[in-house]
Amino acid sequence: MRIARYLNIAFAAVLAAGAAHAELAGDAETGKELFDVCSGCHEIGNGAQDSIGPHLNGLFGRRAATHEGFAYSKSMQRAGVDGLTWTFETLDAYIANPLALVSKTRMSFPGLDDSQERADLMAYLRMFSDNPSNIPEAEPTARGTDHDVDPAILALQGDPEYGEYLSTECLTCHQSDGSAQGIPSITRWPEENFVVAMHAYKNKLRRHPVMQMMAGRLSNEEIASLAAYFKDLE
Amino acid sequence: MKLNRRLFIGTGAAAAVSLAAPAVMADGHGKPRVVVIGGGAGGATAARYIAKDSKGAIDVTLVEPSRTYFTCFFSNLYLGGFTDLEDIGHTYGTLAAKYGINVVHDWAVDVDRDAKTVALAGGSTLKYDKLILSPGIDFVDGAVPGWDVSAQNKMPHAYKAGSQSELLKAQIMAMPEGGTFAMVAPPNPYRCPPGPYERVSMVAHVLKQNNPTAKILIVDPKEKFSKQALFEEGWQHHYGGMIERIGPDFGGDNVSVNPEAMTVDIDGSEEKIDVCNVIPAMKAGRIADMAGVADGNWVPVNAADMSSKADADVHVLGDSAAQGDMPKSGFAANSQAKVCAMAVRGALTSSKVFPAKFSNTCWSLIDTDDGVKVGATYEATDEKIAKVDGFISQTGEDAATRKATYEESVGWYAGITADMFG
Repeated sequence: MRIARYLNIAFAAVLAAGAAHAELAGDAETGKELFDVCSGCHEIGNGAQDSIGPHLNGLFGRRAATHEGFAYSKSMQRAGVDGLTWTFETLDAYIANPLALVSKTRMSFPGLDDSQERADLMAYLRMFSDNPSNIPEAEPTARGTDHDVDPAILALQGDPEYGEYLSTECLTCHQSDGSAQGIPSITRWPEENFVVAMHAYKNKLRRHPVMQMMAGRLSNEEIASLAAYFKDLE
Repeated sequence: MKLNRRLFIGTGAAAAVSLAAPAVMADGHGKPRVVVIGGGAGGATAARYIAKDSKGAIDVTLVEPSRTYFTCFFSNLYLGGFTDLEDIGHTYGTLAAKYGINVVHDWAVDVDRDAKTVALAGGSTLKYDKLILSPGIDFVDGAVPGWDVSAQNKMPHAYKAGSQSELLKAQIMAMPEGGTFAMVAPPNPYRCPPGPYERVSMVAHVLKQNNPTAKILIVDPKEKFSKQALFEEGWQHHYGGMIERIGPDFGGDNVSVNPEAMTVDIDGSEEKIDVCNVIPAMKAGRIADMAGVADGNWVPVNAADMSSKADADVHVLGDSAAQGDMPKSGFAANSQAKVCAMAVRGALTSSKVFPAKFSNTCWSLIDTDDGVKVGATYEATDEKIAKVDGFISQTGEDAATRKATYEESVGWYAGITADMFG
């Protein structure tokens, strides 16, 4: 497996240069097996075509929703405009939990918890990037970080009454009747998806500057309260 | 029951009160009463939230002279041809019918804070337990020598939207070929900091299509202005050579106008102009003075609940308030209104009171699909509304980002007007 060896060598060089984390590189062979799960919707390699999802050649370094000819969801287009680019870090977060990065796409994949498996999968995907030499070595195909929202945060019970007050700030832009025009709808989301998305803004994984600012000053309890309020808003 | 509630104001309130939460502060007259003066982004929002969230326990009267309210925000887009005037006009039917607000189309002409009453031009008197003033702006007399409101048909301000916007647009469309549009920009603080410069962008957009040799002259008493780098980059890019700005270094702070002769005198040198948009220095809407709560041009308020520093039962929202770090904008007024509504409900019906949170975002359109924005979050401190965090669009952003920003502003317009008018 020539490419895998190449990656290992490149990564060894990074380690030698004093990389902070001695982490394992992904194994593209294992990644290829893991890609079976993806292949129902995504093609990759020679002659790959778009199907339910876009083909994944040349993915690394590409701005989200910019592969021409594929009809991306509104949400994915918005994420691309907001500045989402597929790097090691963003792809790792996306594969860990697609909903953290982009809500309401056709991607029905629940996410890969195991960071080693994600690294393996990315090592495989990376073999098909148009120009792997352009991928900076500072972003090695290495072990992912833990992007999951702490289960204790997800378990927080929000106070819908507090959520109702906090929601008044959201409703200057987002419509309470759920209509979406230039600004997405935020009503009737499953609570967990709402919480995960807000924490992704708070942690600056999602890039929209207004939302980073708004989420940035909300406490975990306040986010839970908003989720509790909006889930039932008719 | 809503209709009954409205008909029985002041007389049969006891019958309706059984519907609702207990009124703890009604001063011996049944349902507590809130009077809101001004039906814009501050007043309409406050009235709607108090009525909606008190579920009938508070009697809300909204006093607004206009039957159709034209939002100042997006009125520049009307000048630029990006929206129709009727699309920024809103009526109060839903606030009355759906939320049971007693909407009174009249001018408030006096406030007696001892008797807790508001006198209306039509002769009637309204009693209140809590008064909310959201009267927007008035102009400082003599701010631009040669101009007063009697000259507003010759030299429109168009800083209250509606017929003034229509007039200014008609004048721009009738400009002679190669003519000059002049704007006398206001000193700080004023309503909508990026507003004059968005307006210049919109006028340039129209002139570029219809009158490409025309010129735009901005006479400005300020050294710097909101989103300056973004506007100047956009003007260079879209309207190169059309727009000239004279700042205070070159006499932009020493200006008089002659509406009869259609001239502007800039630091002793007279310019003949074809259209002149005079935006004078501003102060709180007149009723703030009549209520005796203003200190100088504006009304000092407590950040936690937007109550006036002169009277805890008089709250002041939006442009009229001297609150600290927030700009005078529709978004800010709407944000302050929701904090105020919560505090007023808490005081009158002992509903829960939560910590004040404020935010603001101002979008501006520079040209077709070229939108920019600036925004911040704020908190209440003992002294003022204090800025927490902020952001601004960057120069050199790509076209997709700018287009999305514009589309976002259109979405925001739909959101905030639904939040104000129901």
